[in-house]
Amino acid sequence: MSDPSAVGAETAIGTPDPGRITGIPWLRVVAGIAATVVALWLPFNYNPDTNTLFAQVFYLAIAAMGLNLLTGFNGQISIGHGAFFGVGAFTSAILVVDHGWMIEATIPVAAVLAAALGVVIGFPALRVKGLYLALITLGLAVLFPRVTAKFVEGPGGVPLLQPSRREVGSYFPSSLADDQYRYFLCLAIMVILFLLASNLMRSRAGRAMIAVRDQEVAASTVGVNVAGVKVASFALSAAYAGVAGSLSVLVDRVADASNPLTYFQRSIEFLIAVVIGGAATITGPLLGAAFLVFVRKRFENTEAMAPALLGGSLMLIIYVLPDGIVGGYRRLAAKVRRPSGTTSSGPSPEAAPDPPPTPPDTVANQTPA
Amino acid sequence: MQLFFDQVLNGVNSGVIYASVALALVLIYRTTGLLNFAQGELALFSTFITYRIAVEQDVSIVVALLASVAIGFVGGALIERILIRPVEGAHSPLNVVIVTLGLFLAVNALAQLIFIKPGQEALQMPDLFPSGDLALGIRTTTVGFAAVLIIECVLLYLLLQKTKLGLALRAVASNPESSRLVGINTGTMLMVGWALAAGIGAVAGSLAATRGSGFDSSLMQQTLVYAFAAAALGGFDSPLGAVVGGLVVGIADSLTIQYVDALNGIELVVPFVLILLVLLVRPNGLFGRTIVERV
Repeated sequence: MSDPSAVGAETAIGTPDPGRITGIPWLRVVAGIAATVVALWLPFNYNPDTNTLFAQVFYLAIAAMGLNLLTGFNGQISIGHGAFFGVGAFTSAILVVDHGWMIEATIPVAAVLAAALGVVIGFPALRVKGLYLALITLGLAVLFPRVTAKFVEGPGGVPLLQPSRREVGSYFPSSLADDQYRYFLCLAIMVILFLLASNLMRSRAGRAMIAVRDQEVAASTVGVNVAGVKVASFALSAAYAGVAGSLSVLVDRVADASNPLTYFQRSIEFLIAVVIGGAATITGPLLGAAFLVFVRKRFENTEAMAPALLGGSLMLIIYVLPDGIVGGYRRLAAKVRRPSGTTSSGPSPEAAPDPPPTPPDTVANQTPA
Repeated sequence: MQLFFDQVLNGVNSGVIYASVALALVLIYRTTGLLNFAQGELALFSTFITYRIAVEQDVSIVVALLASVAIGFVGGALIERILIRPVEGAHSPLNVVIVTLGLFLAVNALAQLIFIKPGQEALQMPDLFPSGDLALGIRTTTVGFAAVLIIECVLLYLLLQKTKLGLALRAVASNPESSRLVGINTGTMLMVGWALAAGIGAVAGSLAATRGSGFDSSLMQQTLVYAFAAAALGGFDSPLGAVVGGLVVGIADSLTIQYVDALNGIELVVPFVLILLVLLVRPNGLFGRTIVERV
C-alpha cells in the first residue's frame, strides 16, 4: 500500500515534454506578457491590505511549491511542512529581533536551516513510506511549536516574535511604499523559485526525482541514486518552505508558536494549495495558494467557516478533479483541441471528465507554464 | 514511591483514552488499510453530541454517552459509505491522506460551527464518575476509566470472536479477496469497521472531556498523536496491541512529565520518538502481523 508509483498514477501528471512543442506557443507568450503586466500593475492600484494578501499568496505559493516538489514530483508525502516553514519564520524573526539583521539577509539562513532539518527527516523517510511517512511528519508538525515554545521566549514569555516596522524591509532603498516593497520582494523570489523548480523538473535531477516516484526499483537499475535523490528532494523542499516562512515574517511581521496547532494547520494549508491547484504541475501551487487566501479572506469573520470549506473542497477535489485545477484545465484543453485536428500529440487515451483510474496522457503537448 | 504509584495511575487514566482512540484507529486500519487522521475529530464531534444530550436535554450522562455511541455508529457508517469508499482500494496513500485530512478540517470546523456559540470558551462536561478516592489513593475516575476500557475490550472480543459478524470482519481484515469469494459482503464489513471505530471514538472523546476543566475543539488533537503512537507500538492491526500500547504510552508520558525535567513542556517528544523508533526498527510493532510485500 505504500507503493510510491501509485501516488503518481493517481494524482500526478507525468513528465512535461517540451520536445513536442512545434512553433511558438503564441497563447502562452500572450498570457505570459499579460500576467507580467498585471503583476506589475496590481500593487499600484490596490490598497495596502490587498497588497498584503497578494504577498501572502506568493509566500504560500512558495511553500506549496516546496511541498509539490516533494509530494507531487518525488512521491513522498509530508504533512510536516509547517515545521520547515516555522523554522524559516523563527530563524528570520530571531535574527531580526535579537541580532539586528536585515530580514532580506536572513532568507538564505532560513533556507539552509530548514534544509538541514529536511535532511534529518529525509533519512528516516528512506525506510518509512506512504501513510507512515505522513504520520511521522504529522508528529513533526505538532511537535515543532512546543519545542519552539520551550526554547524561544518572546516578550511576556510567549513564543511570539514581532519584528517592528523599522526592522523589517527596505534593504533595497526605493520609493516604494512598505506594502508595495513586500509585494515585489515576495513576487520576485517566487518567480525565481518557480523558474528554478520548472527548470529542475526538465533536468536530469528532476527526471530522477520523477523516476523515483514512478518506479523506484526501475530508477535504481538505470543508475539513479534513489536514497540520494530522496534525501535531496526533502532538503530542497524544506528549503522552499523555509524561504516561505522567512517571507511570512516580512509580510505578517510575526512568528508565532503560541498556538500549538498553528504549524500543523499550515501543513494542511500547503497540501490544500498543492492538491487544489494540481500536484506535479508548476502553476498549480500558485493557483491553489490564491484560492486558499481568497477563501480565508472571504470568510474571515466566521472563524470556522474557512476550514470547513477548505476541508470540504479538499475531499471534493479528489472525487471530481483528482489532478487539481491545472490538471482539469489540461484535460479540458486536450478535449477541445482534439476534434479540430490541430493536435500534434500521438495517440492518447480518451480524456474522461470523471476521475480516471489511470492518468490520461493529456500532458503531451503542455509545458509547465 | 507513593509519587511513582500516583503517576502510574495518572498514566493509566490517560492511557485508557489513548487506548480507546488507538483501538478505533486499529479497527479502521485492519479493515480498510488506511490510517484515519480524522479519528480524533470524529471523536470530538461525538463528544459534542454527548454534551448536547447530557446538558441541554438534561439526561444522565451515561444515557447521553450511549446515545452518542449509537449516533457515532451511524455517522461512521455513513462517512465510510459516502466519503471514504471512493479512495478505498485505490492504493494511493496520498489520496487517503488528503481525504482524511480534509475530513479532519471539515469535521473540526463543523463541530465549532454547530456546537459552540459565539463567545463561548470551554464547555464543561458533567462528571461520569464521582470524584474522590476509592481506596489506597486510587481515584474513582481511574477505576471507572479502566472499567470502561475493559467493557469495551470484552464487547469487542465477544463481537469479533463469538459472532458470525465478527468472523466476517476478521476474514475481511485478513484476506479481502478470499472472503469476497466465500460470499462475505466486504463493503458492508468495511462500513461496520468504520461504525465500530466511530462508536469507540465517541466513548474516548467523552471520557477525555470529563477530565480537567472544560473542553473545546482542540480536545482530541494532541490525543491523536498519542493514539497513533499507541497503535504503532502495538502494531497497527492488533486490537490487543492498541490497548497495551495505549496504556504503555499513557504511563510513559505521565512518568516523563514527573521525572524528566529536560522534556518539561515537550512531553510530546515521547510519542513522536516512539512512532519513529517503532516504524524504523520494527514496523509491525509488538503484536502486529508481519507484512510480506511481494514485488
